Amino acid sequence: MKKIRLLLILCLGLLMLPAGARAEEEAQPVDVNEVVFGHIQDAYEWHIVTVGDKKVSIPLPVIVKSSTGWHCFSSARLEDGAVYEGLYIAREGAYKDKIVERDASGNEIRPWDISITKNVLAMMINSVLLVWIMLACARWYKRHEVSQGAPKGGVGMMEYLILMIHDDVIKGGIGPDYKRYAPYLLTAFFFILINNLMGLVPIFPGGANVTGNIAITMVLALCTFILTNVYGTKTYWKDIFWPDVPTWLKVPIPMMPLIEFFGIFTKPFALMIRLFANIMAGHAAVLSLVAIIFITVKAGPVINGSMTVVAVLFGIFMDALELLVAFIQAYVFTMLSSVFIGLSRIQHEHVEK
Amino acid sequence: MGLLTPDPGTVFWMIIIFGVVFFILAKYAFPVIIGMVEERKKYIDQSLEAARQANEQLAQVREETDRMLKEARDEQTRILKEASQTRDRVIKEARVRAQLEAQKALEETRLQIVAEKESALNDIRQQVAILSVDVAEKILRKDLKSEQEQLDLVNRLIDEMVTASKK
Repeated sequence: MKKIRLLLILCLGLLMLPAGARAEEEAQPVDVNEVVFGHIQDAYEWHIVTVGDKKVSIPLPVIVKSSTGWHCFSSARLEDGAVYEGLYIAREGAYKDKIVERDASGNEIRPWDISITKNVLAMMINSVLLVWIMLACARWYKRHEVSQGAPKGGVGMMEYLILMIHDDVIKGGIGPDYKRYAPYLLTAFFFILINNLMGLVPIFPGGANVTGNIAITMVLALCTFILTNVYGTKTYWKDIFWPDVPTWLKVPIPMMPLIEFFGIFTKPFALMIRLFANIMAGHAAVLSLVAIIFITVKAGPVINGSMTVVAVLFGIFMDALELLVAFIQAYVFTMLSSVFIGLSRIQHEHVEK
Repeated sequence: MGLLTPDPGTVFWMIIIFGVVFFILAKYAFPVIIGMVEERKKYIDQSLEAARQANEQLAQVREETDRMLKEARDEQTRILKEASQTRDRVIKEARVRAQLEAQKALEETRLQIVAEKESALNDIRQQVAILSVDVAEKILRKDLKSEQEQLDLVNRLIDEMVTASKK
């Protein structure tokens, strides 16, 4: 209890310092929307911190195929709305914050853009981390005999996680022929988990909103969609187009078949949205809580100080919650994917009983 | 809405990165780990089975030992019993033999005594006979000096013999 009180006072003191100093300055309004969405959305550079007027960021490679061919350059050249080789970052419109070029009639058009953006780089870093962790675990197994017992420490934890997903989620969800799908589902789980967790680390190389990006979740959901439908059994397709419902529900107007058919798409769609929305909302919530500190600067040191305490406490709570969510969302994605795949693997006998 | 439209570039990189990660993990990481874990499961099952068998064998061995111990104890009792029986028998036999020997010796002694007695009696008898003959001779010599006396004796003797034969 004493420790917590001490920590509170410390937090308060520390946070009052810059707030007090700032209040002296000509307080410029903080555009919370800009800050939050600027973080949640992808970016061509990795902004780390702004000290005073100086922005510290890592420029990332821009790879674009525009009407004039392939362009590959550092994103530093596009800073502050600069135009480089006819390309610039749109300030507004449909392609806000994306690289665009102008066509002959002066309209903004989007070129083929495969730049290594912040999310892509973060994903690469996280993937390398994941592969490194997994291969390190695998190496442990290669170097030890079966008779030497189970691993301890980090490898043991990874084994526990892998087995939990493999035995409880995948085996339980898919059923007898789970082996074909296990590698994908395990990869998906750990890919999501590490990206979620790294997203919670506030400093470089963490902090990117990878799994809160709809493109990422879309690809994952697509993989599940493909695996579900490519290996669907006859019973699965029969249940979609000729389900066991009263005939009038499917003969003149194919109501149930239509619903079932949409179900094929809504299931992975729900997967995509669920993961995206959860992670994005988590990032947004934490950022908004932090933003409270800067918004209340104008209200004077007392309110600002007390709001800072509140914001920090809620921020800690949100971060702890997000840790939970990071795991739960990875787990839920994997579990639902295996359940969908399991449903598509239904054999006739199972239905008949 | 920038948030809800997937960016093609991100999709492109996601497919590549996820594909590579999937390829590496599915080929080099998960099969190794899960294979090993399954092997370990098998190994544990085998170990348990082996332990169970060993326990069973141990129980058998213990039973065998108990049986052997019991047999040995029985054997011991039997041998002890036999030994005591033999001892008793030997003692008894020895006693019987000793008695017999003693009896035999006693018998022999008695026989000898009887024989000695007889021979002593015979000697005595002989001596008595000789003495009596001598005495008789002396008496006869003195008594049968006359003819008459001799005849009387003869007659008397004949009478005696006749009465003896008549009897």
